[in-house]
Amino acid sequence: MITRLAAQIVKELLSLLRDPKSRLTLIVPPLMQLFVFSFAATLEVTNVSVAVLNDDAGRWSREMIQRLEGAEFVGRLVYVETPAELGTLIDRREALAAVHFPADFSRDVGRGQPASAQVLLDGRRANSSQITFGYLNAIAAGLGAELVQATGFGLPEVAVRHWFNPNLIYRWFLVPSLSGMLAMLMALVVTALSIARERELGTFDQLLVSPAQPLEIIIGKTVPALLIGTVLGSVMISAGVLAFRIPFTGSVLWLLMSLMLFILSIVGIGLMVSSVCRTQQHAILGTFSLAIPIVLISGFTTPIENMPDWLQLIARASPLKYYLIIVRGTFLKALPAAEIFANAWPMALIAVVTLTSAIVIVKRKLQ
Amino acid sequence: MSAVQIETAQRSLDRGRLFALVRKETLQVVRDPAAILIAFVLPIVLLFLFAFAVSLDVRDVKLGVVLESDAVQAQSLAAAFSATRYFVVTPARDRREIEPQLISGDVHGMVVIPQDFDLRLASAERGPLVQIITDGTQPNTASFVGGYAEGVVTGWLAGQRGGTRALLRLEPRYWFNAELASRRALIPGAIAIVMAMIGTLLTALVVAREWERGTMEALMSTPVSILEIFLGKLLPYFGLGLIATLGCGLAAIVLFDVPLRGSWLALLLLTCTFLVPALGQGLLISALARNQFVAAQVALITAFLPALLLSGFLFEVDSMPFLIRALTQIVAARYFVASLQTVFLAGDVWGLFVPNMLAMLAIGAVFFTIAARKTHKSLDT
Repeated sequence: MITRLAAQIVKELLSLLRDPKSRLTLIVPPLMQLFVFSFAATLEVTNVSVAVLNDDAGRWSREMIQRLEGAEFVGRLVYVETPAELGTLIDRREALAAVHFPADFSRDVGRGQPASAQVLLDGRRANSSQITFGYLNAIAAGLGAELVQATGFGLPEVAVRHWFNPNLIYRWFLVPSLSGMLAMLMALVVTALSIARERELGTFDQLLVSPAQPLEIIIGKTVPALLIGTVLGSVMISAGVLAFRIPFTGSVLWLLMSLMLFILSIVGIGLMVSSVCRTQQHAILGTFSLAIPIVLISGFTTPIENMPDWLQLIARASPLKYYLIIVRGTFLKALPAAEIFANAWPMALIAVVTLTSAIVIVKRKLQ
Repeated sequence: MSAVQIETAQRSLDRGRLFALVRKETLQVVRDPAAILIAFVLPIVLLFLFAFAVSLDVRDVKLGVVLESDAVQAQSLAAAFSATRYFVVTPARDRREIEPQLISGDVHGMVVIPQDFDLRLASAERGPLVQIITDGTQPNTASFVGGYAEGVVTGWLAGQRGGTRALLRLEPRYWFNAELASRRALIPGAIAIVMAMIGTLLTALVVAREWERGTMEALMSTPVSILEIFLGKLLPYFGLGLIATLGCGLAAIVLFDVPLRGSWLALLLLTCTFLVPALGQGLLISALARNQFVAAQVALITAFLPALLLSGFLFEVDSMPFLIRALTQIVAARYFVASLQTVFLAGDVWGLFVPNMLAMLAIGAVFFTIAARKTHKSLDT
């Protein structure tokens, strides 16, 4: 039985790696994506175009504008003459924010009265415009504080410290998460097609009439996918440490074991889909319909806490959710073993349930 | 050149033949329940997921408040934290109680009100009033916690000291989305991403299957020209994509309360334009891959993920490094995301639509040209 199993595993590995095109798509794109996306995805807002309409001839609006010009987040300042132009720039997304200084702006400041300028923001880009307004507000508050200080009031200090990632570098958050997601997508596609392809090509019937047991068939399909997913995940984690210089504070061994468990649970999901589907096309569609929800509810794009409660409940079925906690924590927080275990057992449970179902389904096909 | 090729070159588009092909493909689509599922059910399901799962509205952030001081004022500040609707407070007397929770992710930050709080309050020389520690592993939440906690302290101080008003004020007005509902801003973009994925994936798979099964060669040996094969394949999916997008649009308006401030005509035109590069990309993938396994992977990698991450849906394109910004120019979803956000939330801004449509058509034209070239070559060999 061992030799039979070994032969099957070798056969599955060969069928995956023999074709140079599929060999290439397994390895190169995920790594390329890791690099492109980790530079693309940032919630910091920089290089913003800001429009300015200044109806005020005084000193304080000029002072504000000068600070805007010097501000790091501003990529381009556009000066306009009329409110209509301001509107057009925002409409066409040529400016994310527009500052309008009214005619009495400097006069009010000079008289010690609160002066206000209007800021128009592009609500289509709700998040970026909020962040931009925060930056603008900080500039105004800075200038305002200087004015106030001149009259004898100091601002109280609050010390804010960010643990684990003092400068809040978004890449430190994203690269570990991406490594998990990309390894997952690859493992999922590889397994989802495996049984469905054999069925479409008719070779699955041959497999069924061979002495191989359903358990062996499933193991034969599981091991190569597990291997590929784990290798890919490890390579990307290494890239995070070596190329992106992200601090790695936790235990390599625990992370590797969690990665394998995670990939195993994904392989289980893929095999379950594959054993149900009759054609590759259905298997791919099934995989997509599962992969996207798994990614979306895992906290990969936005935190799970922001979701409604019923969705948070569903999110517990997403293995990626647990792996993300482990991989992010192992990189930055030196996640203790107890926490790793708390997040590992749900993945183990998912793996057991899905792999068993796959075996049961294949067995039923056999009869 | 063989006789067949000369003939197809001369008569590359015959209406009768095209009609027959379109009819055949349409029947194939209609009879395949999976195609119907992916074109009608999947988009709505995905839209639902995007609407609820992707939310940048931070709410109910768990925060530990460590009260080391017994002073009345310290307790009043702690109460101010409990009173805000953004935080769910875990009270503690010792920061060591909260630290493990910060590591396990049970709280996202902690506010430490020090033992000598009342002394610090009285004299500014004793250093910062309170310390705010956040979990930096989630940068977005961390900066939110830092900013809001700071705001709570300043607000509380202003209340204590009888309120000093800021001398310079900026009054924000958010156009198109006054309540700043992130769901409203995200749904139009989500439609673009769902359609980018479905349009590309569906065509990539359908054509790759023909290649894999050898029926493509069979089709080519008939008098049908390549243009007709492409059109015959794509027109039914074009229709499917159009109906699916409009269905999503309707769902957005009816179910998620997204306004359609522009016209249906603009929405229709934009959708038609976007389907050109989306289907073209699928066709190109299948022409290059010729095998469903590779085609599915390439579609996932070149359609779904770029649409999600490089289109400006979540991350601001202007803020990306130069090289990646250049790369986003060839992501058709980028233009569709901006256009859909505008047609839903702002109105018919043709000054924005026209350049975006031209860009999408140009990308589509490139995809189709390469796909046609690749298909020609293979016949010659």
